[in-house]
Amino acid sequence: MSEMTTSSAGSSNNESPKATPTHAIDMSNLGRGRKIISPEDAETCLQIKNLNLFYGDKQALNDISMVIPKQCVTAYIGPSGCGKSTLLRCINRMNDLIDTVRIEGQILLDDQDIYDKDVNVADLRRRVGMVFQKPNPFPKSIYENVAYGLRLQGVKDRRSLDEIVENSLKSAALWDEVKDRLHESALGGSGGPQQRLGIARAIAIEPEVLLLDEPASALDPISTLKIEELIYELKTKYTIVIVTHNMQQAARVSDYTAFMYMGDLIEFGDTNTLFTNPREKQTEDYITGRYG
Amino acid sequence: MDKNTMGQHISRQFNVELEEIRNKVMAMGGLVEEQIENATMALVSGDVEQAEGVISRDYQVNALEVDIDEESIQILARRQPTAGDLRLIVAVIKTITDLERMGDQAEKVARMAVHLADMERPRNQYSELQHMGDLVRKMLHGALDAFARMDAEAAAKVAQEDLKVDSEYDAIMRQMITFMMEDPRNVKRTLDTMWSARALERIGDHARNICEYVIYLVKGKDVRHITLEQMTKEARD
Repeated sequence: MSEMTTSSAGSSNNESPKATPTHAIDMSNLGRGRKIISPEDAETCLQIKNLNLFYGDKQALNDISMVIPKQCVTAYIGPSGCGKSTLLRCINRMNDLIDTVRIEGQILLDDQDIYDKDVNVADLRRRVGMVFQKPNPFPKSIYENVAYGLRLQGVKDRRSLDEIVENSLKSAALWDEVKDRLHESALGGSGGPQQRLGIARAIAIEPEVLLLDEPASALDPISTLKIEELIYELKTKYTIVIVTHNMQQAARVSDYTAFMYMGDLIEFGDTNTLFTNPREKQTEDYITGRYG
Repeated sequence: MDKNTMGQHISRQFNVELEEIRNKVMAMGGLVEEQIENATMALVSGDVEQAEGVISRDYQVNALEVDIDEESIQILARRQPTAGDLRLIVAVIKTITDLERMGDQAEKVARMAVHLADMERPRNQYSELQHMGDLVRKMLHGALDAFARMDAEAAAKVAQEDLKVDSEYDAIMRQMITFMMEDPRNVKRTLDTMWSARALERIGDHARNICEYVIYLVKGKDVRHITLEQMTKEARD
């Protein structure tokens, strides 16, 4: 356990454990008294309103409405084909790339509808970054992978590039591993580091929202834990939305969990409640591994 | 969470494990019930042999506690249960702790029975202890029944019975104080009677705890440290 925490993101504090004096415990905030902040009460980052999505004639998302709180981790869980990835891809308009897709409804990012005609999609994708299931480093050096988005934005100054690359790699808990071979090919590393490189590339352009589509499903357990630890660190700066098949992962990393089934949003709420006492029977059946 | 969905996991092995753990809790509860009944009977009838039987069987209760604990921990480690399954395991771990303590109290009553058997017997033949013993044994039976049927309302009803046990205990206390004041030669016997009543009263408290775990299991609500009225309301909602 201690190995895992020390080997993960560098900024974990190493203070010796001190007993908390009892007078320092807020007695009104214990057990039953603990306040559960519902997604609606938290500060809003994204608001999805009556979203319907069709692949040709087939409807894949049915009237989804929910708010995604700012600087929190929101996880989507559900069986394959339930629409969770489709919904995630709506948030940075990745579905625009598919011809047969038709979308109704709104997604508001800071009160602006991202499907509005005036929205510049490239600009939106700069604000809403994405990391995919399979690590996909560009066939370039590690440095150039991270600097790629910045160069596209026209950043030329060597010093500021160096600085941002270093900070991004540090935020992705990768700096110590790669600082001596920044100019070697990014294709050399194994899955875990490659995936963290993907995250470093996504955060180099300082997005507001980070979409993670099964970021750890192709990784071994230790690399998975490193990614999860990273998610935990990153949520202090970014709003994170993650799709995962691994329920335990959703339970570990997220503040809020949404359960989707056949294109419907069945239940959305605080992760602790959803995993101990879900409101809907369908959610219970899914998370406990029963026939629905 | 209701009983019908208990055994419908995609993993049949998990069904088997959960079913086994529930069966063991019921078996342990049955054993404790028997211990309470025999201990009370031994005390009332002055049957030393029966009392010693209770004392010698307490290790079985302890062994079951250790065994069920171990299985629960294995399920937590290997299955990472969630929602109703998680609440079941938590309820089991807590229930067996209370059952084991009830077993200890029954053993205590049996030891008092051995002491009291040598002494002069009161005219009423300890009928008040008989009554109290019946009350708490029925409470335990009701609590286990509610657990098996996953019936929160029934559990709340059983918890109410604890009031009767408590007032019975108060009545015995008053009576015993009177005995001791009447004749100091009664003190030794009366104290032993009081310890027995105290042990039975504690069994009632433990049975009430189990009722609380049943409500948690079924409703997902923590009903500890609230009034019985609130508990009944929570169990019904």
